[in-house]
Amino acid sequence: MNANGKNGELRIGFYICHCGHNIAGVVDCPAVAEYVAKLPGVAVSRDYKYMCSDPGQELIQQDIREHKLNRVVVASCSPLLHEATFRKAVAAGGLNPFFFQMVNIREHDSWVHTDRAAATTKAKALAHAAVRRVRFHKALETTRVPIHPDVLVVGGGISGIHAAITIANAGKKVFLVERDPSIGGHMAKFDKTFPTLDCAACILTPKMSAVRSHENITLWTYSEVVKVEGYVGNYTVTVKRKPRYVNEDLCVGCQECIKACVYKEGKFPDEFNVGLSKRKPVYIPFPQAVPQVVVIDPHYCLQLKTGKCKKTCLEACADRQAIDFTQKEELVEIKVGNIILATGFKLFDAKRIPQYGYGLYPNVVTSIELERLVTSSGPTSGEIVLRDGKPPKSVGFILCVGSRDMKTNRWCSRTCCMHSMKLAQLVREHTDADVTVFYLDIRAPGKGCEEFYDKSLRDGIQFVRGRVAEVTDWALAPEEEGKLVIRVEDTLAGFVRRIPVDMIVLAVGMEPHADAQDVRRLFNLSCGSEGWFLEKHPKLAPVSTFTDGVFIAGCCQGPKDIPDSIAQAGAAAAEAMALIDKGYIEQEPNTAYILEQDCSGCKSCLPLCPFTAITFDEAKQKASINAALCKGCGTCVAACPSGSIHQNLFEDEEIFSEIDGVLSYA
Amino acid sequence: MKYSYFPGCSLKGLGRSYEESLLPVMKQLGVEIAELEDWNCCGATAYMSVDEAKAGVLAARNLAIAEKSGPHDLLTPCSACYLVLNKTKHNLEDFPDIRDTVHNALRRGHLTYSGNTKVRHPLDVLVHDVGLEAIKQKVVRPLKGLKVAPYYGCQVVRPYSTFDDAWNPTTMDRLLAALGAEVVHYPLKTKCCGGSLTGTVPEAGLRLTYILLKEAVRRGADVIATICPLCQFNLDAYHDQIDRRWGPARIPTVYFTQLMGLAFGLPARQLGLQRNFIPMKALGTERATV
Repeated sequence: MNANGKNGELRIGFYICHCGHNIAGVVDCPAVAEYVAKLPGVAVSRDYKYMCSDPGQELIQQDIREHKLNRVVVASCSPLLHEATFRKAVAAGGLNPFFFQMVNIREHDSWVHTDRAAATTKAKALAHAAVRRVRFHKALETTRVPIHPDVLVVGGGISGIHAAITIANAGKKVFLVERDPSIGGHMAKFDKTFPTLDCAACILTPKMSAVRSHENITLWTYSEVVKVEGYVGNYTVTVKRKPRYVNEDLCVGCQECIKACVYKEGKFPDEFNVGLSKRKPVYIPFPQAVPQVVVIDPHYCLQLKTGKCKKTCLEACADRQAIDFTQKEELVEIKVGNIILATGFKLFDAKRIPQYGYGLYPNVVTSIELERLVTSSGPTSGEIVLRDGKPPKSVGFILCVGSRDMKTNRWCSRTCCMHSMKLAQLVREHTDADVTVFYLDIRAPGKGCEEFYDKSLRDGIQFVRGRVAEVTDWALAPEEEGKLVIRVEDTLAGFVRRIPVDMIVLAVGMEPHADAQDVRRLFNLSCGSEGWFLEKHPKLAPVSTFTDGVFIAGCCQGPKDIPDSIAQAGAAAAEAMALIDKGYIEQEPNTAYILEQDCSGCKSCLPLCPFTAITFDEAKQKASINAALCKGCGTCVAACPSGSIHQNLFEDEEIFSEIDGVLSYA
Repeated sequence: MKYSYFPGCSLKGLGRSYEESLLPVMKQLGVEIAELEDWNCCGATAYMSVDEAKAGVLAARNLAIAEKSGPHDLLTPCSACYLVLNKTKHNLEDFPDIRDTVHNALRRGHLTYSGNTKVRHPLDVLVHDVGLEAIKQKVVRPLKGLKVAPYYGCQVVRPYSTFDDAWNPTTMDRLLAALGAEVVHYPLKTKCCGGSLTGTVPEAGLRLTYILLKEAVRRGADVIATICPLCQFNLDAYHDQIDRRWGPARIPTVYFTQLMGLAFGLPARQLGLQRNFIPMKALGTERATV
């Protein structure tokens, strides 16, 4: 089709959207339409209340037919929001969808200006630019690339587990990669969950076993993703499998080797019990661990450290021969179409607030430490005791430790109010202790959470409003002797109080992992200023990212509780499956291409391409671009010394005419 | 290594033993110190709370003289002077009104101040410029077995925690350890000593002093080391009143520079140790390694 109509005549349709008051409140839309109507090549120029509405789109289609339009320009909101909408409308009217240009006069104009006359002037200039530009648009076709149906889930906490099972249940293959020796994440450490007080293990372990036994899930624990290449639908991922010195296929989890270890007692801090108990160099992370496979810690194992050990573990394993001290790190390459990141969070280090005395006073503990104490499978078999083994007579909970704090982390960690109230109720259940909760605001917005707060109040838990100033061990009054004293301004009573207690629980907040920035770079994501992974849109695309085919779920996106994490995991799974079931990816034709006759074969472009889309044809001595790999970043276009690289939708004449258009408005 | 020196009123009066110990210690370490000529009162915190601009003039005159005397940092041992001079520097940077008032006043006195002179505390200079290694080398009589409670007071780390943490400063802890002393865990190290309230509202002020003293005693300290003349005075001078109100909490309070002098082998009298109300027990001579 001749781009300029039958006679080569240019017939542009221009539409300016009021967007209710969003644009029309600041920009004089009829005046812009009137101005554009007089520009050369413009056949129709209209203003309309909502261009994105059905009648608005219908208007474009009708004009294409009646006025024989061959180019369309819409001045409205951001192309991110509605470019696809209007391209579709143009195509429905019978034109190639790329004979269309969009002008953003909302985010770029009406929303950021208040002076009506100046904003109208700017809208006219921007409209003029688009009208000039669209003349040079070419008919382009989107290309379809097939999608690899397998999915990679990174992180085996509750979010990753749920996402993996959801996708696997739909018949897709899933690789679940977890850094630790077992899946289960933080939730595996919990005794009960709020606000229902149901047993965390009872609801988590069936899901963990399901992962292990699912025919569609390949579970790789003690493994990390080290390299990601490719693009949506076609990722090549390299996974590092750390040696556990035990053959996963041969080990049955009988734990005879652990009993037989030359270390008769545990000697090294047990990660699962956050250092409250000791483990041996050969261990299984916790009784319900999945997989039920032993790990040998090379930092502590005598054989691995010194090569001098009686190797009693080998004897115990006997004929199974599951222990293998020669195991080496392994790199495995897999191909997947979509990736779901559920890498979670780390807890705030309470030592960063020295005035709360964590690490200084033994009976100042963190919320996760108390969680382990209260769990029946924990280091004290569920007894809440002080370091000297006696039960506490009084317990104080300090909230917002490393949350809502200008000096450490500014965000609300969202779960600590409820988590602390749950622990407070469990303390009341397990001991005779008086419990006081020191809070800034109680945030209990989840379903059933306010009712849980009510129950806490009725159960006799004391609440004192105020940020605790410090925890000290010096006494002013006889009743403070030998106690930890909490100094706090009670902002409801209006004075400073000193409250002596036996045990202090710091409700530590959530933070992004220390290596979140590395993971971000690995998967080509963005992070917000706090370091959480950034979603594509906070409301409309909460589990998508700016990298197509990479989704986020759970606390790596920001602090959230278990129900919210599960909801996100399900959403991420659905998004991935929507792409898989469609079967192909439609690629924007904004790719770069090389005019072979102009290419001098200098190879300048080759190392510049971030997507390795450029190859060099040694026979012809010319570079060539694989359109399927090109993401249209334009780096090579700008760098090419001979000007032989061009880019669809960003041709020189398109850009220069656009500039001319902006500048010609006086 | 050379520094200008602003003693302030305390080091010439009540806190003279601070100067008496500071100067020889610095000399031993080869640090050159030149007292400012014609320095004046820093204004203390009292004037600041009445009129910040005028108080700024008083303080800034010292800064201007220091700047004129050379490109050296200004050594300011008294915590109140240290705070007031630093606060004046900040005020001059942040508040144009105060800056105008101060510059006009200085001009009339044929002075200028461009903001270049740094105000430094001797603790900062000793640990960060001189260094613990150099100090260790001068120790001839390690303070072995001496249990010291390190007490920093409020002003040196707050609000401008320029050289140490505001909540848990450790500079002096490390210095004392380098002298061979046993540093007592003393979480009250930045608590208020009572300040001027010991004189004006003794009920409130002395209570704060008492807490510091009795906690140092309870934690087994032999001596409290301080870096501020007012802290030293409050902790040392009110024991009779404290005895009457709460019972005895007797423990000597000395300047950290006095402990340094002892470790360097200087005689106690030369360090002004005889001026204490609660005297520090003599260190056993058998520990001398000279």
